[in-house]
Amino acid sequence: MISIKDVQHVAKLARLSLTEDESRQYAEQLSRIIDYFDELKSVDTEGVEPMSHPIAAVNVLREDEVCPSLPREVLMANAPLRDGNFFRVPKIGE
Amino acid sequence: MSKSQLIGRTIAELHSLIKAKETSCLEITEAHIEAIEKGDERLGAFLSYTFDQARAAAAHWDERLSNGEAVPLLAGVPVAIKDNMCEVDTRTTCGSKILENFVSPYRAYAVEKLHEAGALILGKTNLDEFAMGSSTEHSAYKVTRNPIDPDYVPGGSSGGSAAAVGAGFCVTALGSDTGGSIRQPASYCGLVGMKPTYGMVSRFGLVAFASSLDQIGPFARNVEDCALTLLAIAGHDKRDSTCLSQSYRDQHAKPALTKAFIQEFKSRSAEENLKGKRIGIIKELIGDGIDDDVKAPILKAAALLEKCGARVEEVSLPHAKYALSVYYLVATAEASANLARFDGVRYGHRNMDAAELHAMYYATRNEGFGAEVKRRIMLGTYALSSGYYDAYYKKAQQVRALITADFHKIFENFEMVVSPTAPSAAFKFGAKSDDPIQMYMSDIASIPANLAGLPGISLPCGLADSNMPVGIQLVGRPMSDASLLQAAQGLETALDLKLVAEKIKSN
Repeated sequence: MISIKDVQHVAKLARLSLTEDESRQYAEQLSRIIDYFDELKSVDTEGVEPMSHPIAAVNVLREDEVCPSLPREVLMANAPLRDGNFFRVPKIGE
Repeated sequence: MSKSQLIGRTIAELHSLIKAKETSCLEITEAHIEAIEKGDERLGAFLSYTFDQARAAAAHWDERLSNGEAVPLLAGVPVAIKDNMCEVDTRTTCGSKILENFVSPYRAYAVEKLHEAGALILGKTNLDEFAMGSSTEHSAYKVTRNPIDPDYVPGGSSGGSAAAVGAGFCVTALGSDTGGSIRQPASYCGLVGMKPTYGMVSRFGLVAFASSLDQIGPFARNVEDCALTLLAIAGHDKRDSTCLSQSYRDQHAKPALTKAFIQEFKSRSAEENLKGKRIGIIKELIGDGIDDDVKAPILKAAALLEKCGARVEEVSLPHAKYALSVYYLVATAEASANLARFDGVRYGHRNMDAAELHAMYYATRNEGFGAEVKRRIMLGTYALSSGYYDAYYKKAQQVRALITADFHKIFENFEMVVSPTAPSAAFKFGAKSDDPIQMYMSDIASIPANLAGLPGISLPCGLADSNMPVGIQLVGRPMSDASLLQAAQGLETALDLKLVAEKIKSN
């Protein structure tokens, strides 16, 4: 069972602020979904290596070479707010 | 040649018309633009149109072809791309408010490859927000309707691409498939849809949902066009480190997918394409939880495979019943990390009222994400959070390994397995939108291939009681994409269905 307090904690980790109504709704829905997932507890996974990826991952390296990147102006074009060549954000902390 | 005569054509048909100078790339483009202008308001397949770019590309290819140059793979072929793939000079929204005005500075690899192959990209198609959904009802912008019957959903999350191909707005389209988002809508709309082997197509420029599961693939009205489109977009790309290297492809893809191989299987009879193939039918996906009116056409198709010389036997995927739980833990955990980048700082929506940075993050994400995306971010964050990681995320990864091992055991004796693509045919709007678990259930048969990284293809094999199409899914060994397409061609020839072709004519 996921409590409203759990939901609010998780929401904070995910940088989502929920209304009380939303918190209640998510607590109910997430509890049902997590209850469903509890079926996994019955599977014997003793000694099974967790699979994080379908391809047996090995490091993919490239030469450390300088190569061209997109022009700054192109990359800045989507900035919600800018100050010259900087992304402008509200002040950090109180 | 009248415009309507150019609609509903295959790639081969269009190419022979172009070669015979009975039409041009520009005429083909205009014909499809007209079809979209006539029908898309009702269907809602597209989120944005790129008609002028398509016209310019058509003029470019017409000129090159008139100079006697060879016709590239998709020259003059109208296509559409799901709006989670980056294209320049137009928006890439992912069906989300948080990217409402985002214009990508670069192109996705698969989109680059379409341009190189001469395809004419007509626009970007609707999807469930960030590809999270199974009905295209979760787009922040609009719903997309099923071209076979507008009361039904087209499936999802690539519902816009499926509807566009099904309605004859384009010949093929790209979707992305994380848990069935190409195959399930293909099944709901009576189309061929394929998720290639993981790593076959670069994910560069595909906005990430769940990186270990996402794969780009084609929709088409027949197997041949599906194969040609996959051939155009497959290939090694160093900008995606999970994209398979050329030497790996050369070593493991036997037979390799080439134009000659596609033309060869297209020209063969059903028996020639299927004889001697060892095909397993997954008993866990043909029993409880699968609608009777889906089972019946699947079993008929399996009998047809046998009649054509394949050896069909029942096989077991004992951990299949856990696939849904595994998928929703793995996919949401990866999504919660991938979607952390949407913070309002460098691109996308930003709440301009917040006076402090953290308040800006919260307000931006709250306004930008829809309910289903928030639900999945919450679920994934929970699964990864301290105290629950071992019980949920790690456990899911272990069961994922068991499901993959089940497949590999089957593949010791069988070349491929068949099952329904989805447990039911298309449903009506609103039927499942209030119950997340019911909605998630519609992916039960398609998810296992994503978890194991295997190629899967869905093709129509009959009709359910509602007269909506039923899709049969073939899943093969890793790198067996070409053989899978060959078998799908065999079944398509044997079935001789004309579901979509007739629908386009009647519109």
